[in-house]
Amino acid sequence: MRTPPPVSGGAIEDVARELPRPVLGRLALLLDRPRVLGPLMLAPAGLYIILLVGVPLFFAIYLSMSNATTGSQTLQFVGPANFVRAMQNSIFRSALANTFIFTIIAQTVVILFGNILALVLQQKFWGRSVVRFLILLPWATPISLAAIGWKWMFDSLYSVVNWMLKAVNIIGPTEFPQWLGVPSLAMASVIIVHVWRTFPFSAVVILAGLTSIPQEVIDASAVDGATYFQRVFYILLPMLTPILAIALLFGTVFTFTDMGVVYILTNGNPFNSTHVLSSWAFQVGIIAGDLAQGAAVALFLLPVLLVGAITLLRIASRAETGV
Amino acid sequence: MAAIERSLSLWSLSVQRVLGRIGLYLLVAWFTFLASFPFIWMAITAFKQNSDLYNIKNNPFLFNALPTLDHVKLLFSETLFTRWLVNTALVATAVVIITLVTAVPAGYSLARLTGRWGRRLGFGIFLTYLIPPTLLFIPFSRVIAILGLQNSLWALVLVYPTFTIPFCTWLLMGFFRSIPRDIEEQAMIDGYSRLSAMRKVVLPLAVSGVLTAAFFSFTLVMQEFVYALTFISSVGKMTVSLGIPVALFRDVFNWGAMMAAALITSVPIAVVYNLFIDRFVAGLTGGAVKG
Repeated sequence: MRTPPPVSGGAIEDVARELPRPVLGRLALLLDRPRVLGPLMLAPAGLYIILLVGVPLFFAIYLSMSNATTGSQTLQFVGPANFVRAMQNSIFRSALANTFIFTIIAQTVVILFGNILALVLQQKFWGRSVVRFLILLPWATPISLAAIGWKWMFDSLYSVVNWMLKAVNIIGPTEFPQWLGVPSLAMASVIIVHVWRTFPFSAVVILAGLTSIPQEVIDASAVDGATYFQRVFYILLPMLTPILAIALLFGTVFTFTDMGVVYILTNGNPFNSTHVLSSWAFQVGIIAGDLAQGAAVALFLLPVLLVGAITLLRIASRAETGV
Repeated sequence: MAAIERSLSLWSLSVQRVLGRIGLYLLVAWFTFLASFPFIWMAITAFKQNSDLYNIKNNPFLFNALPTLDHVKLLFSETLFTRWLVNTALVATAVVIITLVTAVPAGYSLARLTGRWGRRLGFGIFLTYLIPPTLLFIPFSRVIAILGLQNSLWALVLVYPTFTIPFCTWLLMGFFRSIPRDIEEQAMIDGYSRLSAMRKVVLPLAVSGVLTAAFFSFTLVMQEFVYALTFISSVGKMTVSLGIPVALFRDVFNWGAMMAAALITSVPIAVVYNLFIDRFVAGLTGGAVKG
């Protein structure tokens, strides 16, 4: 590698100075070619991703068709047996359904809240920067710590949520709803935590989209006499479609693949009614040690992720061609 | 008649405006309450005496007995909380270094050297960010066992870059793109090689991008839970996001201490996060928003 010449140095002098050292010089010249330097600089990151994301992904697919357990040293190919066995299990089927139910309900609320909150944060009001900080808290906090906070709020005896519901007379003074002890309430709890965690993210992404809309468009609609709500529904939201899709997509992927909330809040209970694919894969694959079965369960996440990736590609390519 | 109509419509306009402001503040209040309530409750819990906390007759928002530092003291003296903080910092530092060493050159290469393939490749790398830990923890548990890294912080150092590198490469690619090519081309005309032009001219301009990447790698490490849960079994080797909800809950079971720990860990992250969030969003939505 050559060092840059002092102030007066030009490229020609530089090359001339290096002539006596042909090997080093040639290496330096080679390194100056984008075709050589480009792949070289990309290689460390590329290799890391190929070796530690790509290979494990294929390894997961291979494991799912083997008879691997945590203890065994060897693997044998058994074909689709693990998938068949997974689907015969009623807890797996409810976990599969739960994964979709939690994601769909949570994301519906999240996108609604996210839109409203983004429109709110776009306005000028007193204390906006403090409010923005407070609203970002759920998203910035490690998910496992947020989940343990909610577990305490849903405590069977000292639930502060119940206390507040009593204070405003939504539930009677002698009622003690068992948020994490009754299947329907436990499912609701998981959804509430997902909504709480993701709506700030969604709002911030949508807000970024809103601020990127040119002011002229908004001014023009004001000149034409559009009311605030007309502007929102006929101009802002249609222009926001790609960014809404991004917010929805990432929110969906985060909720769909998350395990921390369920694991900490309910650990799949009561009666295995709140398991999701990832928590069930952990239960089967790591705790019970049936790696092959666990891999098969986790791979049910893949189709949705593929759809997500394709959607993201289409949004990006559309933005690139400017349509 | 026209005058009355006009004043009426003016009046209804100002009523609309007042109602709009009231609606706005109500919404602000609702969302702020929703987002921050668990943290308020964490704070109250952390400083309440047990006798006050575990009495269902008490109003949970009032300090019926004097506030106490007992839970915080317990957290720092009788639990491994500080150990977990140190572990987290060690892992995060190593991961940040690995991430920067790989993602900075990769981001630069994708922005400048790989031509029209750069963007596609970069997007391909970004897409791997969508592959979640919950899909990879099973094959990794086998790989980590083969490497003999079970219950070792090195397992986390090895695996965490799988999500920090894709995101940071993408983020840095966008950053390098925003720096005008002319600057380094001028430096190269002046006799710098491509590499030294990058190091001496481009990198100083990209400092804020590199800082953003470093910071996000750090927070992503602090937030990670699934891999830590899978690989780490002994309490002394846990990270904060694993130790608090798993070990404190199982071994100590003191809500005051748990909430204190959660609060102490979360709030600093959130403060810094707040400073970087716009860049994070710009990175995430990079391909979709023109401009």
